[in-house]
Amino acid sequence: MPILEHLWIIALLPLLGSAVNGLLGAKWPNKFVTSVALGSTGLSFVCALEAVREFFVNGQTPFRKEFFDWIIAGNFRAGLDLQLDQLTVVMLLVVTGVGFLIHIYSVGYMAHEGGYYRFFSYLNLFMFFMLILVLAANFVLLFVGWEGVGLCSYLLIGFYFLRKSAADAGKKAFIVNRIGDFGFMLGMFLLFRTFHSLDFKTVFDAAGTWQPEAMGQFGTLTIACLLLFMGATGKSAQLPLYVWLPDAMEGPTPVSALIHAATMVTAGVYMVARSHVLFTHSPTAMYVVAIVGCATAIFAATIGLVQPDIKKVLAYSTVSQLGYMFLACGVGAFGAGMFHLMTHSFFKALLFLAAGSVIHAMGGQQDMWHMGGLASKIKVTFWCMLFGAIAIAGFAPFAGFFSKDAILFAAYQSEYSGKALYAVGLLTAILTSFYMFRLIWLTFFGEKRYDEHHVHVHESPGSMTVPLMILAFLSLVGGWFAAPTLWGGPNYFADFLSPVFGNAEAAGGEAAHSLELTLSIVAVLAATVGLIVAWRMYSGKVTRGTPTGLYKILYNKYYVDELYQATIVGPLIWLSRNFFWKVVDVGLIDGSVNGIAHGTEAVGDTVRHAQSGNVRSYAVWVIIGALVVLAIIFWPLWRPAFFVATSGGVR
Amino acid sequence: MVPTNYYLILSAILFGLGIVGFVFKRNIITLFMAIELMLNAVNLAFVAFSQALGKPDGEVFVLFVIVVAAAEAAVGLGIIIMTARNRHSLNVERVNLLKL
Repeated sequence: MPILEHLWIIALLPLLGSAVNGLLGAKWPNKFVTSVALGSTGLSFVCALEAVREFFVNGQTPFRKEFFDWIIAGNFRAGLDLQLDQLTVVMLLVVTGVGFLIHIYSVGYMAHEGGYYRFFSYLNLFMFFMLILVLAANFVLLFVGWEGVGLCSYLLIGFYFLRKSAADAGKKAFIVNRIGDFGFMLGMFLLFRTFHSLDFKTVFDAAGTWQPEAMGQFGTLTIACLLLFMGATGKSAQLPLYVWLPDAMEGPTPVSALIHAATMVTAGVYMVARSHVLFTHSPTAMYVVAIVGCATAIFAATIGLVQPDIKKVLAYSTVSQLGYMFLACGVGAFGAGMFHLMTHSFFKALLFLAAGSVIHAMGGQQDMWHMGGLASKIKVTFWCMLFGAIAIAGFAPFAGFFSKDAILFAAYQSEYSGKALYAVGLLTAILTSFYMFRLIWLTFFGEKRYDEHHVHVHESPGSMTVPLMILAFLSLVGGWFAAPTLWGGPNYFADFLSPVFGNAEAAGGEAAHSLELTLSIVAVLAATVGLIVAWRMYSGKVTRGTPTGLYKILYNKYYVDELYQATIVGPLIWLSRNFFWKVVDVGLIDGSVNGIAHGTEAVGDTVRHAQSGNVRSYAVWVIIGALVVLAIIFWPLWRPAFFVATSGGVR
Repeated sequence: MVPTNYYLILSAILFGLGIVGFVFKRNIITLFMAIELMLNAVNLAFVAFSQALGKPDGEVFVLFVIVVAAAEAAVGLGIIIMTARNRHSLNVERVNLLKL
């Protein structure tokens, strides 16, 4: 059966798994739940592979099919329209592939947790919405996936909902995302108003014929792009809406790996890349994207330098790397952005899963100052994590080297303040390398800073280490699509995506090649600097000091949460408490509801006296009623008399 | 032949007497009789119209009314007997247990 003709199967399988586990899983033993969850995602992965194979057999012609109408109102139509082009292929394989690996890992990680079925039900539901998001062929369906993954993110962050911090983190993620979604919806409305459609093809074809707006001009496309980008900053944790992502680490570690590193948070990048036609017509919006991405990259990286919690380091690293992807999109290198998205999903999923394995080994301890010297005890985890660290730091020939290199190269060539963007990107690369190796040294080397009598360090089960090894392998080879660029060859990844993005970024020529080679060497040198500094500072005996000065500011994350608390959350709560609660709710809403009740009671109190219990008084009422009826029936007869009596004359 | 008007006026007088009796008397049996009086006033109006229009419909209706009145009298007298036994009185103003 050709899967391509039935693309919906890929998305529907995880939904079925989710429904089965969610409805029936509570009473089942864990192995049934496992087989349903893994079966549905595994099958979905196989279907995705088959669909991609057919896509290649068809000569890479973009596939699009309208399965059924969902909303039809006037000239507006939104349906279950799915598409498969080169960009979708990348996302589809990343989501199903990495998602499947993380499902396998979760079997081991969640084995002893309560709510096992609930976890897998949510995780499968997430896969469904994520697949809808990447397969969607119109903005409305994309938005369905967009909101759905947000919901699953909320559910999974708050998975340990008995812990207040986890429940709060879930709410924070959801609410901060709503702010971004508000912009996203406004952007969709504007697009519909402008193009009378929300179908990707219609909108992009129409926008493609428009004259590109000038730099600094705030035309329709710029406004639409900025609104869409606002949604992306929420979903992909960019300044100023990144604050939810570090808190999202309250969720189980596989969730952090799947949702908050590999797939969901990249949805914003995907959306911007998907709408590249709009963005390329608006240099202003592109510039904003590049600046925000670049600023986020360095901002989050500096915070990551000093965090004590192993997952927090990785969370800030994720924010920083997402900034890289937006930087790439902002300078027009959508292919490089997608490339980094893919490699990042490999090595960041790897890092998170390895961190989960470390936490598992340490019996729940996440503070790196209470680890140390683990390398010899959990060898597999150590080597995998080292692979991930090298990959993200950007050493050749690991995946991160190629993708980060492509981004920095594109930034360097950018028309608008490209050199500055490049410099900040390079600085971020140094910081990235530093905090990753700080993590490695604090966790795996040095003396043991935990109580060996209480913590029994043990390697994780095979279901956890095997996905680690696969991801470590992918982190090594994932970037080799671009390897030929080193000796002036083609970048297979960029070439593959070029039908989608056009050949805008094909910068040829010997000069460009030598420049790229130079920049690569500089990038590796930068990573080495970070590595050496981390080695000098954290190898050997380390002591945890009290944070002072700049360190304290970084340790407290620039006090952004406190700032938001003081300027936005605090006033909002004050307003809600003193106005919406005490005035509107108590006064207006309760007042009107209770007022109606009191009024009814008062009327009843008065009228009940008619219920005298005296049969003859009832009879009198009956007679009065009868007389009134008669008066009404005979109204035409005595009306003239009535008017004579009241007006004193005949009309 | 007596004009229809006369019947109707008699019927109205009887009906009015029934109402007055129902409202102003206290003895339940008297109230009952007042009701019967009203019913019969209506019956009289029915047959008068039946005769005036030359159709049997009104007469048929009167038969129905008589049957229902008989049934009602049986039930009503039963209630009156029970009331008299329980309350030792036929004064309708003392049958007010449901009053607040």
